[in-house]
Amino acid sequence: MNRKWSVILSFLLVFSSALIGCNSSSGQDAKETKLEIFSWWTGAGEEAGLNALLDLFKKKYPDIEVENAAVAGGAGTNAKAVLASRMQGNDPPSTFQVHGGAELNDSWVAAGKMEPLNDLYEKEGWNDKFPKELIELVSKDGKIYSVPVNIHRGNVLWYNKKIFDQNGLQPPKTFEEFFKVAEALKAKGITPLALGDKEPWTATHLFETVLLGSLGPEDYKKLWTGELAFDDPKVKGAVETLKKMLSYANKDHSSRNWQDASQLVAKGEAAMNVMGDWAKGYFTNDLKLKVNQDFGWVPTPGTEGSFMVITDTFGLPKGVKNAEDVKKFLSLLGSVEGQDAFNPLKGSIPARTDADSSKYDEYGKQTMQEFKEAKLTPSLAHGSAAPEGFVTKVNQAVNIFVTQQNVDQFIDSLKAASSELKK
Amino acid sequence: MNNGITTPSAQQLNDGKAVAATNKKRGITTDRLLSVLFILPSIILIAIFVYGFIGWTGYVSLSNWNSLVPDLSFAGLKNYVFLFQDFRFQADLRNTLFFTLLFIAIVLILGLLIAVLLDQHIRAESLFRNIFFFPMALSFVVTGVVWQWLFNPSTGVNLFLKKFGLEPMWYTSVTVIPGVEWGKIQFGIPVAILAVVIAAVWQMTGFSVAMYLAGLRGISDELREAARIDGASEFQVYTKIIFPLLMPVTVSVIIIMAHISLKIFDLIYAMTGPGANFVTDVPGVYMFETTFRGNYYANGAAIAIIMLLSVAIFIVPYLISSRKREAS
Repeated sequence: MNRKWSVILSFLLVFSSALIGCNSSSGQDAKETKLEIFSWWTGAGEEAGLNALLDLFKKKYPDIEVENAAVAGGAGTNAKAVLASRMQGNDPPSTFQVHGGAELNDSWVAAGKMEPLNDLYEKEGWNDKFPKELIELVSKDGKIYSVPVNIHRGNVLWYNKKIFDQNGLQPPKTFEEFFKVAEALKAKGITPLALGDKEPWTATHLFETVLLGSLGPEDYKKLWTGELAFDDPKVKGAVETLKKMLSYANKDHSSRNWQDASQLVAKGEAAMNVMGDWAKGYFTNDLKLKVNQDFGWVPTPGTEGSFMVITDTFGLPKGVKNAEDVKKFLSLLGSVEGQDAFNPLKGSIPARTDADSSKYDEYGKQTMQEFKEAKLTPSLAHGSAAPEGFVTKVNQAVNIFVTQQNVDQFIDSLKAASSELKK
Repeated sequence: MNNGITTPSAQQLNDGKAVAATNKKRGITTDRLLSVLFILPSIILIAIFVYGFIGWTGYVSLSNWNSLVPDLSFAGLKNYVFLFQDFRFQADLRNTLFFTLLFIAIVLILGLLIAVLLDQHIRAESLFRNIFFFPMALSFVVTGVVWQWLFNPSTGVNLFLKKFGLEPMWYTSVTVIPGVEWGKIQFGIPVAILAVVIAAVWQMTGFSVAMYLAGLRGISDELREAARIDGASEFQVYTKIIFPLLMPVTVSVIIIMAHISLKIFDLIYAMTGPGANFVTDVPGVYMFETTFRGNYYANGAAIAIIMLLSVAIFIVPYLISSRKREAS
């Protein structure tokens, strides 16, 4: 009898303590006073940049506890999945990294999960500090929803300077020049174009620069608003150009990622590579190459005067209890001081046009100048131009196109996917 | 394996009954009460977190939830219809089919062969056993990364093969043999999947070796002796006596390998990704990308349900037959 009850009692004890355990771990009192900063900045340069920012913040506001809630994984694929489940479970981080454009506006803003930040922009006087086109990228229906920290340029053609010098070639500015250069290189037995599309977004990245180069910035933007259809002859022309470019790419492209492709250019096994300017960080930091000595850059063919923007921004989710603390952090992010602490380390340029250019390298200085003057266009491959659902479908279509090279079928897939744009 | 699990539990049950029988009636109810109480937490947890969520996934797969905003309105079989008309999913089904067939066939044949050789009372047998079993200790991700570089067409084994004038494309090949038009895809064995099969076989053969070796050791020497006395050749001893007796082992290995290969994700994800033209894509990878990158939750749920059903085709008959055997 005694034994029986003690067994039952201990059983109940174990069971109820398990329940209590569940309870206390989901209690959020401790978490919500903390400032939880959610990003996917875990790579070498970007983590240093983020830490510099956080240090600066801690110095200014020593009494606010900050938690760096970064989730590792290239291009934020893992982080985005974690974020999606947290947002849907109404457990948003205090603030999170999100690319400006559709990734912000068509998802979190459309779902009514973000607070507008117009008053913060007023208070900080940011409306004329960021380029107008950039503010439009983080706004929906006149309300501003996030603060841009950095700018990467997508439409950059990197080339191996030694190969070009030895063969007396000029970096191409138009598609015509590109094909001339590519022919010359091919004749010498050098792979003209390096591509690494093991992850299909790199091919989509190439495709969007070809689209921009063939259509020009105005028509390129119209694609994403539905004003220009994907079966337009101009788009078809761009796809034909892409097809021709692909014939100059390395044969083992599907076994490489973008770093492997950049490496081909670095080692002189290939001459050119189209990649965003995070490739510069890879060239200089990881491969120890010198800007303008070992490698050079030009805008991708036909895109001079255009600037494919990839911008990381931070916003304020609805339902966060420490909204005032978050705004303090956002103020720092948008300040010259904050942007100049972060960007030189990350290898990007500041989103503000009045930052201190002496802190940036040669590439950074020139890009900052071009950023001020050029027409800004949103990147498709990086989620700024169109919703993730559309991007996923385009990635799939591009992956098939790279192999099958069937222009009509590719156009059909793009057209079918474009119904996602009107959601 | 089946016997190994059921025998002790049946015995325990008998012991329990024996003890209970000696107790008074009240003792029986206490025991019953206690046993129910003790398994209750796991029943509840499994009911919620396994079967509850399978049900939820099934429900989501019939809904319109294909964006970040949950939309659980009923969509019928729309998501399933979409998948079966989708180039990528058709390619996935083809890849999974041939991956599974090749993988299981090679694992069985190679495993049996090595086990028979190891069973010849050779020296340092345990050393060889360990060598074959070691890859099992690795995670599929490690295997994937290693074989990705071994089969990279510009490095790896090709550096060696080049000397013989061979330069296979391995997993970057987009050829499908024989490549008959079927639906939207070319039907046949994708050459690229062979590279993945080799990596998977390298990792999992050790398992079938161990199973077969245990099976071989379970066959008594008297049986072999008797066959030999009856005039059977050594070859006949294997084909007529030993292999038929190993049938239950073969079935177990097939079941275990089938559920691994039908759900495979990590190996492919680390080694090749979806591959050019989706020649190495599998439902697991598609499910992950479409759900967590594209936010097509309902489509992803539909893929998950199809994967579950495909595994169930193997597992359910096995469970039914093993239950029948238990009962008899």
